Amino acid sequence: MFLYNLRLARMSLMKQPLLTTLMVSAIGIGVGACMTILTFVYVLSSDPIPEKSDELFAVRVDSWNPESPYDDDKPEEAPWQLTHTDAMALLESDVPTRHAAMRKAVYTVVPDNPEVAPFFNVARMTGGDFFEMFQVPFLYGSGWGPSADENAENVIVLGHETNEKVFGGTNSVGKTITLGTEIFTVVGVIDDWQPHILFYDMNNGETNPVEDIFLPFSITDRREINGAGNTNCWKDEQIDGYFDLLRSECVYVQFWAELNSAEQKAEYQRWLDNYTEGQKALGRFQRPTNNRLSTVTEWMEVQDVVEDEVMVVMSIGFLFLTACLVNTIGLILARFVAKGPIIGLRRALGASKAAIFRQHLVEVGLVGVAGGVLGLILSRLGIKGVQQLLSESDNLAALNLDLLLITFGIAVVSAIVAGLYPTWRVCQLPPAGYLKTQ
Amino acid sequence: MLEMKEISRVYRTDLVETHALRELSLSVDTGEFVAVTGPSGSGKTTFLNIAGLLETATSGEYSLDGTDVSGLNDNQRSRIRNEKIGFIFQSFNLIPDLNIFDNVDVPLRYRGFDGAERRGRIEKALDQVGLAARMKHLPSQLSGGQQQRAAIARALAGGPSFLLADEPTGNLDSLMARQVMDLLEKINNEGTTIVMVTHDPELARRAHRNVQLLDGQLASPDPFSASQSTPIEADLQPVA
Repeated sequence: MFLYNLRLARMSLMKQPLLTTLMVSAIGIGVGACMTILTFVYVLSSDPIPEKSDELFAVRVDSWNPESPYDDDKPEEAPWQLTHTDAMALLESDVPTRHAAMRKAVYTVVPDNPEVAPFFNVARMTGGDFFEMFQVPFLYGSGWGPSADENAENVIVLGHETNEKVFGGTNSVGKTITLGTEIFTVVGVIDDWQPHILFYDMNNGETNPVEDIFLPFSITDRREINGAGNTNCWKDEQIDGYFDLLRSECVYVQFWAELNSAEQKAEYQRWLDNYTEGQKALGRFQRPTNNRLSTVTEWMEVQDVVEDEVMVVMSIGFLFLTACLVNTIGLILARFVAKGPIIGLRRALGASKAAIFRQHLVEVGLVGVAGGVLGLILSRLGIKGVQQLLSESDNLAALNLDLLLITFGIAVVSAIVAGLYPTWRVCQLPPAGYLKTQ
Repeated sequence: MLEMKEISRVYRTDLVETHALRELSLSVDTGEFVAVTGPSGSGKTTFLNIAGLLETATSGEYSLDGTDVSGLNDNQRSRIRNEKIGFIFQSFNLIPDLNIFDNVDVPLRYRGFDGAERRGRIEKALDQVGLAARMKHLPSQLSGGQQQRAAIARALAGGPSFLLADEPTGNLDSLMARQVMDLLEKINNEGTTIVMVTHDPELARRAHRNVQLLDGQLASPDPFSASQSTPIEADLQPVA
């Protein structure tokens, strides 16, 4: 009977192409707009490194102003970042399986090839553990070892694009590259890698692209660099130059640790608490002890990756869909009531109300599927359009299988919801009243 | 076969109460061919709708094939319509988008027959009305008489206990009307009970028994029966 109903639905829809187009368009546009928004929210809120996000922890200690919290809106939270002093101290712990301090910097890349002009590039100063900890894929070579961190060696890992620009995309491992006036030796080239959320540094733009240059963090401790990213200070202290900043209470370093078990996490928490107790004895950390270990997803919540504004926009999307559905209800109702004589005839010939209900539900379901296809096309266009607006988010949103199914689900459910009332109405039509008028 | 006892049907609005049928009692035996006549507003259509389970009576008892159908729910009524009653309408009521085969198929779909059973019944019914060669035609490709024969095939395909015909020749010219009546007589002779509502005294005379309705009641037990010597045709003339 389903196939029979499907055939009747197809014939019915093809009989009135204009009305059908209007209904499918109403559903498609509503779903398309809604899905464009939903896709962004979904992508923004999904786990960027699901394989091990529960073992990766953003590490924070509360060295902030004793008089006021770091964030008035979230007074229970520790500062988003660490001071350089604390970051260097935390690197001394041997509890985590891996750990890395990191910050952004800007370098001028000076290619050996005179035909390629020098260019600015955003760099990430970090530890050698960064690459394994975050499962960074390599095209050539690998990250650097512990000795490079300890000795602040001039080693560098290049991104795919910089390697293309400077070395024509060839295997550049072992070759040298000039940054400013210093020469660095390439130890690895990263393959395409772009988490949809830059989870390891959400404080400096969670949808920013991954940096294209990676250097040892320990360099920042010994030589002056052009730092970049947010720096927050609270203490009234004299800062005259780069090395004063290193010793200041300003926070600008991100810190991550890999902890593979609950015991290891507890042990590290104790280590942090001991560290801050020691610092309190030295006159620092005057706020209550508030050392935080947040998994990737917890950290995303703290950082409000899916902000309230996005939720508001999402609500608008659903409201728009609702408006489209109300129009669709009107169109379906007009269509079904016009079919009264045929429905009356079918009832006279033995169709129960339930049979008529199912037949028309299949019809609105078919409208939903067609609306879903249109909605998918419009969603693609919508997402492309928003990506144009947010040029930094090239890889932000792509319709994966989940979203594809959700789009279809929303379209079909929307159409059925829109069709329920008209379908119920046609089932209530008295069959006798239409037989004479057919 | 069909037995109505004191059937009344009242339509109520805020201002008006209309008595379409007033304690109508009527029985039709198996194999009978009964014509129901009467002027406009006499309650013929209401009688037909109640007899065909398309409407419910306000009061009274109605049994069909020995089953009391007065208190059945919608599903049960639909099932009885589908299995026991065949409808023939004045305006044929074929679905214009479906070919003749598929039109005849409609009641069989709701019966739950498998494909082979349906095909067999459709072909037999169309053969019975002489339209076997036209089963792939759309209704619009057939003459009025052929369309009514297709509608009769649809009514017959499910093997109903009785046929309810509402002015079956009302939209046909005299030649085609005669052909349709011949067909109905043939079907009746093969054992199917027929109740036919008509304005046409000529047609009414061809029934075994005539029932005239007036103001929702039986006006005459048998005004046009074949045995009656003086038909009261004048009573039917004002009918619109």
